[in-house]
Amino acid sequence: MTLSASLSLRLGTLDLQADLEVKPGELLALLGPNGAGKSTLLRCLSGLAPIDVGRIVIDDLVVDEPSTDTLVEPEDRPIGFVFQNYLLFENMTVLENVAYGLRARKTPKADARTVAYEWLERVGLAEYADQRPRSLSGGQAQRAALARALAPNPRVLLLDEPLAALDAGTRSSVRRDLRRHLETFEGMRILVTHDPVDAYALADRVAILDAGRIVQVGTLAQVTAHPRSRYVADLVGVNLVTGVVTDGVLTTRAGAHVVIADARTGPSFAVIRPPSISLVRELVAGSSARNTWAGTISEVDRLGDRVRVGIEGQLPLTAEITAGALDALQLQPGDEIHASVKATDIEVYPA
Amino acid sequence: MTVFAAASLTAAFTEIGFAFTVENPNAKATFSFAASSELVTQIGEGAPADVFASADMGNMTRLTDAGNNSSEPQVFATNSLEIMVGPGNPKGITGVADLADEDLIVVICAPEVPCGKYAAQIFESAGVMVAPKSLEENVKAVASKVTLGEADAGIVYKTDVTAAGDKAAGVEIPADINVLAKYPIAVTREAANAEGAQAFIDFVNSAQGQKILASYGFLAP
Amino acid sequence: MSRSRRRGRRVTLPAPVLALAVVAVLFFALPLVGLLWRAPWSDAWAYLTEEHALTALRLSLICSLWATLLSVVFGVPLAWFLARVEFPGRSVVRALCTLSMVLPPVVGGVALFFALGRRGLMGQYLDRWFDFRLPFTTAGVVVAQTFVAMPFLVITVEAALRQLDQRVEDASRTLGASRWYTFRRVTLPAIRPALVAGAVLAWARALGEFGATITFAGNFPGTTQTMPLAVYLALETNPEQAIVLALLLIAISFAVLVGLRDRWFGRSDRSSTTVLA
Repeated sequence: MTLSASLSLRLGTLDLQADLEVKPGELLALLGPNGAGKSTLLRCLSGLAPIDVGRIVIDDLVVDEPSTDTLVEPEDRPIGFVFQNYLLFENMTVLENVAYGLRARKTPKADARTVAYEWLERVGLAEYADQRPRSLSGGQAQRAALARALAPNPRVLLLDEPLAALDAGTRSSVRRDLRRHLETFEGMRILVTHDPVDAYALADRVAILDAGRIVQVGTLAQVTAHPRSRYVADLVGVNLVTGVVTDGVLTTRAGAHVVIADARTGPSFAVIRPPSISLVRELVAGSSARNTWAGTISEVDRLGDRVRVGIEGQLPLTAEITAGALDALQLQPGDEIHASVKATDIEVYPA
Repeated sequence: MTVFAAASLTAAFTEIGFAFTVENPNAKATFSFAASSELVTQIGEGAPADVFASADMGNMTRLTDAGNNSSEPQVFATNSLEIMVGPGNPKGITGVADLADEDLIVVICAPEVPCGKYAAQIFESAGVMVAPKSLEENVKAVASKVTLGEADAGIVYKTDVTAAGDKAAGVEIPADINVLAKYPIAVTREAANAEGAQAFIDFVNSAQGQKILASYGFLAP
Repeated sequence: MSRSRRRGRRVTLPAPVLALAVVAVLFFALPLVGLLWRAPWSDAWAYLTEEHALTALRLSLICSLWATLLSVVFGVPLAWFLARVEFPGRSVVRALCTLSMVLPPVVGGVALFFALGRRGLMGQYLDRWFDFRLPFTTAGVVVAQTFVAMPFLVITVEAALRQLDQRVEDASRTLGASRWYTFRRVTLPAIRPALVAGAVLAWARALGEFGATITFAGNFPGTTQTMPLAVYLALETNPEQAIVLALLLIAISFAVLVGLRDRWFGRSDRSSTTVLA
């Protein structure tokens, strides 16, 4: 009674390979940068894009399996899809839109309209029943699209960036409403978003999709505690270093060395928090910091009292210092600088 | 020098045109062949013709009535009509009376054009009711419907049957019901080349011109 | 700045452009004015109500409407096929189906002749097996008119289908609608303006069709003599009547074109986004 997918698809420049499983009542958020393949993955699950290799199963029904030539068309899958731009049918009223899925599945007109009307009441759009979608605001259109997708009682609900088309002001209130409406849905829900706040507010679990691969799965807390991709590291605001550890030293692919205070060996991730990085113009002897790297300042970003300094070099880093320190050292982009961190300030975990 | 001539004169006049140029190297005749009635209308609207040769007196009269001629019309040839059928006469038609058979596909010219008027006259003289399937706009169109096998029979000029060669056969129409079409020719009023026009007419009436006409099946005036 | 706020803001064109546009209008108006000027107004009614004129008119209207209907019934699926299905040689097929738009009509008539005439490629079987012939019949007129008119509809509808946002059709399918249901309730309504425009163009083309009709179907009052043929023949002996008949045909076409106003031809619905934040 779950949705499980193990699929592989090449589409243009995208090479997508993903394994995922979603249980009833669960909401999985697909988070990742643009172009990662999130929307494509949804299209595969919905049947709008057939996969090349693999298998997609919804509730024991194999809906896509190229090896056995099995392909169930979107209209025969028990799914509902809320699109990024809602895609409401302009030539029908809001009520007819919501009733569409039922009528397409041969429900008699009167029954379909009754159910549709109930849904409109549930999402608070009953008074717009006889109007055209054109007259709805962004948030209202989103609710209408949701009602339309849910009215035929699907087993799986797919949402593609449902809040992206809204302006920042309406987004939070619509997000709250969406959460409320989604909570009552008993099936499986997959939500694609590029905004981690959506994931935080709505999801039970998060899957990070980057360049066509799922790099991390877990609750948002788990994922952000131990980032495994540049994307999540940027999200959380930490430096992520990848490399192989031998004898207490992590060596990156570029050849930079990071001394760590950990006994492990093998491929690992290291997290260096920006505030833990000190910047010196000239190296001093006798410092207990085991790590120093030379680099050039690429950018300086003031954020009130704090300043984020981007450093290019063998080990690219972002450091965070006080505005006072910046002024005292008179640091500017282009300056040569040394960054240093204590080994004990670096968190390491296996890749 | 432009000659507007009835469709039934197509082959004959084209050859006469070549012969004319051989005799008069400085002259060149260009032709426009169509139904006589259409040509008269065009001349009336100012079309640039120097000579008009009609397939019946009626259309020439229309020209002279409107004062659009500058020479007296002369009859230069006559033509009689014939039933055109497919090669070998597959339907075994023997005369006008056979055309009344409703299973036959018969085509004639529209009553607005000379050969259509003649066909109607012939049917009346023969006392026969024929139901044609189409009233074509000019006699060449009737001929092509028969040679292409679309129609079983058509009423055309004798010259058209001759011109069709082995693509068609002809069934005589007896002289007592047949019509002798008179072909008059005249110089138009607006002729740009009146001298050349008259030269052409003289050539048509000359022994050489008449011989060419006869070779296509036209009869003497 | 109150002037720019008035509804129907005046748009000014550069003078040369305006001049060319005016010349174009005159170009179209002049022949019509010429006809009106030469029309024998005192005899007009008599000419119009003459039986053979009314017969030709009725035949023209019936045949052109049939041709339009056939164009829609066959043309819309063809347009859908050309717009949505990818197959090798698609552009060749498209060119083939719209060839009759650029062919001189008489050539089209001749081609139909050799295909569907009594001795034609397929026509000979129609004759031999079913004792059915198209030339010289009203059905033949409809065939000739459909042949020349359908491409207008196909081209218009195909263009509209291509411009349609396919994602709306995706949305429909995720809601459980079959391809046919989607076409019926989402696609067709969205292309309605193009469909209407295409049908009207096809109808107008069919109504005015002459060359293919006279070559393929022939000319006989009541069966195959449509208005254009009647006008042409009338011109031979009675130009005045020809003018009256021509004006009648023009008046009907004009009435239809004006009646189908911008509302039907114009702005197609934007089928996707609804956001008014």
